Amino acid sequence: MSAPTLMAPAADTTPPARQARGRIGGVTAAFWLFVGPFLVGLVIFVYLPIVWSVVLSFSRAQNTVTPGDWVGLQNYIDLLQPGPFLDSLITFTIFAALIVPLTFVLSLGLALLLNGVRVMRAFFRSVYFLPTACSYVVASLVWKLSIFNGVRFGLANTFLSWFGVDNIAWLATTSPPWYWLVIVTVRLWLQIGFYMILFLAGLQRISPELYEAAAVDGARHAWQTFRYITFPQLRATSVAVLLLLLINAYQAFDEFFNLLGNSSFARPPLVYLYYTAQFNQDFGHGTAGAVILALLIMVVTLAQGRILGFGKAE
Amino acid sequence: MSAPTSALAEQQPGVQEAEVRRRRRRVTPGSVVVAVLRYIALVISAVLFLLPFYLIVRNAISLDTDITAPGWTLFPKKIHWENVPELFTDPSVNILQGLLNSAIIAVLQTVGILLLCSMAGYGLARIPYRWATPIFYAILVTLMIPPAVTFIPSFIIVSQLRWVDTYQGIIVPVIFSGFTTFLFRQYFLNFPRSLEEAARVDGLGYFGAYWRVVVPNSGAFFAAIAVITFIASWNAFLWPLLIGQDSSMWTVQVALSTFLTAQTINLHELFLAAAVSILPLVLVFVFLQRYLVQGVAETGIKG
Repeated sequence: MSAPTLMAPAADTTPPARQARGRIGGVTAAFWLFVGPFLVGLVIFVYLPIVWSVVLSFSRAQNTVTPGDWVGLQNYIDLLQPGPFLDSLITFTIFAALIVPLTFVLSLGLALLLNGVRVMRAFFRSVYFLPTACSYVVASLVWKLSIFNGVRFGLANTFLSWFGVDNIAWLATTSPPWYWLVIVTVRLWLQIGFYMILFLAGLQRISPELYEAAAVDGARHAWQTFRYITFPQLRATSVAVLLLLLINAYQAFDEFFNLLGNSSFARPPLVYLYYTAQFNQDFGHGTAGAVILALLIMVVTLAQGRILGFGKAE
Repeated sequence: MSAPTSALAEQQPGVQEAEVRRRRRRVTPGSVVVAVLRYIALVISAVLFLLPFYLIVRNAISLDTDITAPGWTLFPKKIHWENVPELFTDPSVNILQGLLNSAIIAVLQTVGILLLCSMAGYGLARIPYRWATPIFYAILVTLMIPPAVTFIPSFIIVSQLRWVDTYQGIIVPVIFSGFTTFLFRQYFLNFPRSLEEAARVDGLGYFGAYWRVVVPNSGAFFAAIAVITFIASWNAFLWPLLIGQDSSMWTVQVALSTFLTAQTINLHELFLAAAVSILPLVLVFVFLQRYLVQGVAETGIKG
């Protein structure tokens, strides 16, 4: 059969011989046997929550999840006033502006380094990939209590003390905002290896003949090869990586929650919503916030779908 | 390196290719320097990547007084193995319960996803039902919104089912992954149809063909999805934090986070608990990395 495309319907290619046995009823039953259980769960745990929250977002819902006390668009108006929700979107924007380009450059750099060696290549790949096994909670623990501990036994402060620099309270100061260094490096450590694997897979798909042709054409320097062969050939991978990085940054919760808690200076959207719903039990504003976030991410996904083909990693 | 390209171009195409390959591998002083620099960069990166793991182990087998002592040392003065029995007997640190909860949740979630998403993906790829295409689009639409963004709506449904503080509350809602179903459908579209046709000739229906022919011949793909799902489930934090509120329902991640923010336990116990919590996944990495790398490279999903 031809290569499957995303939008190809599940075409009926059943051989005539079997249809002749009169199994149309069998097809319907079989389809629901296979897809039915998943579909029931999808309706209950994906569709129903979204419908429920859209309805609830037009209600005042303090300590309750039952709609009824209608307030129209008031929850949305409240959130879009200057305040903690808009601050959380600004926090996300700063975070994304730091983490997306840094991860992109470093993971591509590591992939290129690794692609150029033969000896011990699998070993180094495993080492860089290993942090994927670590959770954000454990990494936050190491970063907060060991590496960026604000007292003098912290590793970073020990290192700085050799150069006569005083202790820095990494997570407790906003001027300068050192906490960004902690937040960004923890995620870099955890995710560089993952994106490096994606770039390595992309690099291995580039035909060696292209490099040979480039050598024949007189491309001498590594930079020229990269600029005119490697990077253009990685275009699909690069777009996918950028989108994944952005979507994952949008969902940042674990490291902010564990490193900074409910601190007002760096609260990304999910942390803000967590405290709104879980501690203030304010489900009206909580669901309105969730609806806004979902709409924002849908816009991004649809926009990239025009470029790349929806949902495909490559 | 100085061979003129015009000379190469005059040779036979096959010879030319071999010549280029040979040329690229030729050892020159320049290429040796480049290789040495590459390895230096790789080794420095490797040390940085391994350092946090080392810090976990170092602090786990040290005394608190050694960890906080002025004058940081790379190696602990003495290895305190007695920290291990201390962690597992300390009544204020119920890390065993957390590990057990994480194991139950990760295993059942992985089994559930493999079962339901693979069957749905197979039905969508192979069974010519007339509503299959609209249903597929209805699943595709859900991919636009990452599940974490809608944690409040999902929490509302789980609380209505009275599933807060239950295993099913943590496990079940995560199983219905539109993305995993989508991946299975794409995989089954590429599955060789001739194998299934042979099963049909033997008189098997869709169900029989699926279980006896398709699944047994798809081991690597199932393994890749299983490894990625297991890691994601073991490391999940936000959803277990919301649903498993009682300490008896804490996963190991929620327990570690609570100890970290409340600072109620010793430093060395905290690091030892962290070391124990990543041990299962390090084993998964050592033994199943092939499937994991393949899965990540093919699907772009995150463990």
